[in-house]
Amino acid sequence: MAFGKTKFGLQKTREGVFSKITRLVSGRKKVDENLLDELEEIFISGDVGVDTTLYLLDKIRIRIRKEKFNNSEELNAIIKDEVSRLMIAPREKEVEAKPYVILVVGVNGTGKTTSIAKLAYHYKNQGKQVLLAAADTFRAAAIEQLSIWGERIGCPVIKHQPLSDPGAVVFDALTAARARQADYLIIDTAGRLHTKVNLMTELNKIRKVIESRMEGAPHEVVLVLDAGNGQNAISQAKEFVKAAEVDSIFLTKLDGTARGGVVLSVKRELGIPVKYIGLGEQKEDMELFDPKEFVEGLFPEP
Amino acid sequence: MLEDLTQRLESTFRKLRGYGKLSEKNIEDSMREIRRALLEADVNYTVVKDFVATVQEKALGQEVLQSVTPGQMVVKIVHDELVRLLGSSAMQIRTAGIPPTIVMLAGLQGSGKTTFAAKLANFLRKRGQKPMLVAADVYRPAAIEQLKVLGRSLNIPVYDEGLSDPVKIAFNAVSVARQQFCDTIILDTAGRLHIDQAMMDELVKIKNRIRPHEILFVADGMTGQDAVNTAKEFVQRLNFDGVVLTKMDGDARGGAALSIRAVTGKPIKFMGIGEKLDEVEQFYPDRMASRILGMGDVVTLVEKAQATIDEEKAKKLEQKLRKAEFDLEDFRDQLQQIKKMGSLESLLKMIPGVSRQLKGVTVDDGQLIRVEAIINSMTTEERHNPKILNGSRRKRIASGSGTRVQDVNQLMNQFQQMRKMMKQMKGKSFKGMGMPFGLA
Repeated sequence: MAFGKTKFGLQKTREGVFSKITRLVSGRKKVDENLLDELEEIFISGDVGVDTTLYLLDKIRIRIRKEKFNNSEELNAIIKDEVSRLMIAPREKEVEAKPYVILVVGVNGTGKTTSIAKLAYHYKNQGKQVLLAAADTFRAAAIEQLSIWGERIGCPVIKHQPLSDPGAVVFDALTAARARQADYLIIDTAGRLHTKVNLMTELNKIRKVIESRMEGAPHEVVLVLDAGNGQNAISQAKEFVKAAEVDSIFLTKLDGTARGGVVLSVKRELGIPVKYIGLGEQKEDMELFDPKEFVEGLFPEP
Repeated sequence: MLEDLTQRLESTFRKLRGYGKLSEKNIEDSMREIRRALLEADVNYTVVKDFVATVQEKALGQEVLQSVTPGQMVVKIVHDELVRLLGSSAMQIRTAGIPPTIVMLAGLQGSGKTTFAAKLANFLRKRGQKPMLVAADVYRPAAIEQLKVLGRSLNIPVYDEGLSDPVKIAFNAVSVARQQFCDTIILDTAGRLHIDQAMMDELVKIKNRIRPHEILFVADGMTGQDAVNTAKEFVQRLNFDGVVLTKMDGDARGGAALSIRAVTGKPIKFMGIGEKLDEVEQFYPDRMASRILGMGDVVTLVEKAQATIDEEKAKKLEQKLRKAEFDLEDFRDQLQQIKKMGSLESLLKMIPGVSRQLKGVTVDDGQLIRVEAIINSMTTEERHNPKILNGSRRKRIASGSGTRVQDVNQLMNQFQQMRKMMKQMKGKSFKGMGMPFGLA
């Protein structure tokens, strides 16, 4: 789990979107509307979103009007600088707590269960004791899915019967985590579309159960977003923030061609950092997200 | 679904309709707004470019500028172009001359293949077919178990061979289906990234071995700009026959629908619109275009009503209405019928103009459930003769239904209002009153 891997992991994003930028500006001494139009296309095709794209273009337009640039490197630097302003670093240090409780939420099919396995493996590798809670009692075989991962990684899984009350699972899991002196408790929840009022209320209830059972918990609420989702990811994030006070984002499926340009919009709209990225189906296919490196990587030195 | 896109387009159109005469500038402005609305709905950049260029070219034509209602003409052009882009008629899935018909599903991870497999099986069975589900996702942990659980809950057979070779499973399933007299096989495959060559090869192998009659590409309705790349790769490797859009019950703006159709030329055949196994709809391009443009979708609404409402009961109700004998029992029947048709929100959105008014309002289906609970907590006598509901009865009903006395009072007030209205209507025509409340 080295930070250095991000460079490799995000190659797709870089090749797909941002190498285009470098190519676009190379050799330019003047900026015209044509160039800005092409920049717009690059950003939007990378799922950056119309609002954020227009915002970026405005900033860039102002900068190039004010600051004279002599060559394409300087122009590149301006764009790079504006993009990096849209990044946000994840919290450096986690709260000290035992068990450190992580609640994982998201819409259906974003990859919550797989991401939980990756997180568990990550901590397990650091010699920590990890406990999993199968609070997705709704989807058929979700409990089995988490149990299989638990076996593979060697983490006990606290579970109830399908369709039982997720709050009860969480309650038991917290008790068990304390009794077993686990370092981490990671809670899986059922996927829910952010527009379903009742399901979002249920999520809020789960959060309250955790709060009432352990002060300061959950220590981290992780929202799992599919990098392939477009602007809808923003609207998902907004609703999950309301219901469960999201702390960080796990951006999954970045190993495809999806660009995950939403990363740029998420900070501007919500101020929540991307902390983890998922890059495959295996338990080790996860990386910590480093915004600085991300931007550096986006603009390879010509 | 689609609200934001719909609202943006509606406001653009309102402006357009307001002009007595359209200038080129008016049209250009509105084209810019349409472009932005589509981009925000995650329609692919290139697709938007082409779409707007086509509409603009047509809109600048002589007939529009000289027409009496130029704004209306532009709206019509946009509507027609949308229909053209979405495909002009609804497409069924193909069936085999000699059963079983083989339907194969493919798509990215998390797009909803397994859930859709169960929904499709349920859908086909309702039409009198005898489907069998086949579990060929041997990679994702517990995927087979998931399909089995879904199959069990629907009482539809599921064929699996555990974690063996997907090609072999698919092949064996065909003869098993014949033995069991199943006329349709629905093959659930593992999710895969389109750039994963080994996994894509596997799909091609399955295809070549069992020669499916219909291959459906299952895509998440919330997919962003990347929808185009994924769909292109899948269509090149598999040449699928149709597309299924899932998770369309959220606030996805459905841009993926337009993009996928535009780059593959393959029709969208189904949409997933909820978590329950009957929440699947056939895709009708013209109705979808109307929904996107905020024109509502009355056709689907009426069809839904026809499919769920009991003719007999409707007749009896009309009788009662004529005599103004409508009581809380009838009211409860109505509620139950509405509930069968789907969520309140989804129904309301099919009514023209309503989606605009619903902006930001979340319709709470829980309200219906509470009302039903209140009525359920009454005695038969109370339901027939609500006048006897005094304070203590109301208190009992409230605690019995887990609501507050205020809720009971509110319901009773509404009910009295409704009765009053009916009395006033007595003697007038009751045509169309067989429909549930508020929908007539």
